[in-house]
Amino acid sequence: MSLEAFFLWFSQFEYVQLLINEWPLYLSGLWTTLWLVALSLFLGLFIAVPAGIMNNSNNWAIKFPAWAFIYFFRGTPLLIQLFLIYYGAGQFLANNEHPIALAIWPWFQEAWFCALLAFTLNTGAYTAEIVRGSINTMPSGEIEAAKAYGLSRFKIMSRIVLPSSFRRALPAYSNEVIFMLHGSALAGVVTIVDLTGAARIVNSRYYAPFEAFITAGMLYMMTTFVIVFLFKKWEARWHKHLKPLKV
Amino acid sequence: MLLDLQGYESTILSGAWVTLQVALLSLFVAVVLGMLGALAKLSSITFLRWWATLYTTVIRGIPDLILMMLIFFGGQIFINEFNVTINDWLNEYFQGQDAAHEWVSYLPDYVDVSPFFAGVATIGFIFGAYMAETFRGAIIAVDKGQLEAARAYGMSSWMVFRRVMFPQMMRHALPGFGNNWLVLLKTTALVSIIGLEDMVKAAGDAGGSTQMPFTFYFVVALVFLVFTAISTSLLSHAEKKYAIVSR
Repeated sequence: MSLEAFFLWFSQFEYVQLLINEWPLYLSGLWTTLWLVALSLFLGLFIAVPAGIMNNSNNWAIKFPAWAFIYFFRGTPLLIQLFLIYYGAGQFLANNEHPIALAIWPWFQEAWFCALLAFTLNTGAYTAEIVRGSINTMPSGEIEAAKAYGLSRFKIMSRIVLPSSFRRALPAYSNEVIFMLHGSALAGVVTIVDLTGAARIVNSRYYAPFEAFITAGMLYMMTTFVIVFLFKKWEARWHKHLKPLKV
Repeated sequence: MLLDLQGYESTILSGAWVTLQVALLSLFVAVVLGMLGALAKLSSITFLRWWATLYTTVIRGIPDLILMMLIFFGGQIFINEFNVTINDWLNEYFQGQDAAHEWVSYLPDYVDVSPFFAGVATIGFIFGAYMAETFRGAIIAVDKGQLEAARAYGMSSWMVFRRVMFPQMMRHALPGFGNNWLVLLKTTALVSIIGLEDMVKAAGDAGGSTQMPFTFYFVVALVFLVFTAISTSLLSHAEKKYAIVSR
């Protein structure tokens, strides 16, 4: 069988037909998912690090806001957080003449902005707990040793605490990244054409739930495996000192 | 007042009851599947190990929303096609035996997969995979010598499990089990997307007709926080019960 004949034979299957027709839709959906997740994770770090440090504080006035933020966003479903922002914003911002409301209302009418905000706050809260945990498990002996060497507070932070916390946080953070990738499927519910949104469109176009959702599921799974693989490589690099020596 | 529910209290409350039912039933399914999965993963039969690994890997690689839509939209088609095939097959067989045989639907020709069933099945199926991992770890943590000793005393496999394995593995399984339950509870919010009249759906409807979506979603968020708080206190109680009392 020639290559051309093979492709002709291959493309007669309905599923292959569907894939050929809808491939661009899935690809753009995957792209939307990826940038939405990547951007949320990146912006979430800027919430997580201060919130994690604040939650470690002994001062009640500093600790409480961070604690309440983390407790709310970890204790409620992401779907509710998304709906609170996407549907709920209008309750305060629609028909509101206040200059601030007028300025931000157009943003809250964009589904992607609402999703990005919800995901960022959510991952910020989860990552804050990771940050807190990894700072808490910092061996005090290492800090004492650094102090004994006469390092400044800044140097202790940048040379001892942060690199070692980062190393300890890495496995937990890789879970959070995958959790966020899977959580981002909710974007498809608020009209965003991410991977899930693409699958829903394909399902309604062809009434083919298996083909539509299994394709999206496979793409999610491949993305998950790529993330796991990348983190494994990254961990191997950062945890080199923990590996047994080769004799 | 922000939390004036305008007479929708009972709707939200009955929605909360649906949410709780879905969560508890899914938990039951998840524990059964998790136990089976864990035993299969530790089994000496390669075939079982292979299937259990496939199950846990696939489930953890795909977002729960995709799986839920796949089971809700696809499950219906699958069950009905399966039933029709079986009916055709049986009828053909009986017609071969007896030419006067009339067509009978041995299995119902049309089965409606309700959102409730799809929700419970999916969430149970997903968290079965997570439970399997938790239980597997807990089973490994039980000292092998104790099982061998129980065997040597002539206990049956079931008795070894009930008297030696189970009480000890609970200690190791409880923290993971608790985490899984808290995540499961939040995942139940997704059943509103496939049309189940749970708390989230009730809040959406009430928010739409009163023009106060934020208020209603916020109330739902608070109910979830209450559920979480109750679960956490029950779990810490259980952990104390199964803990080793050290002197």
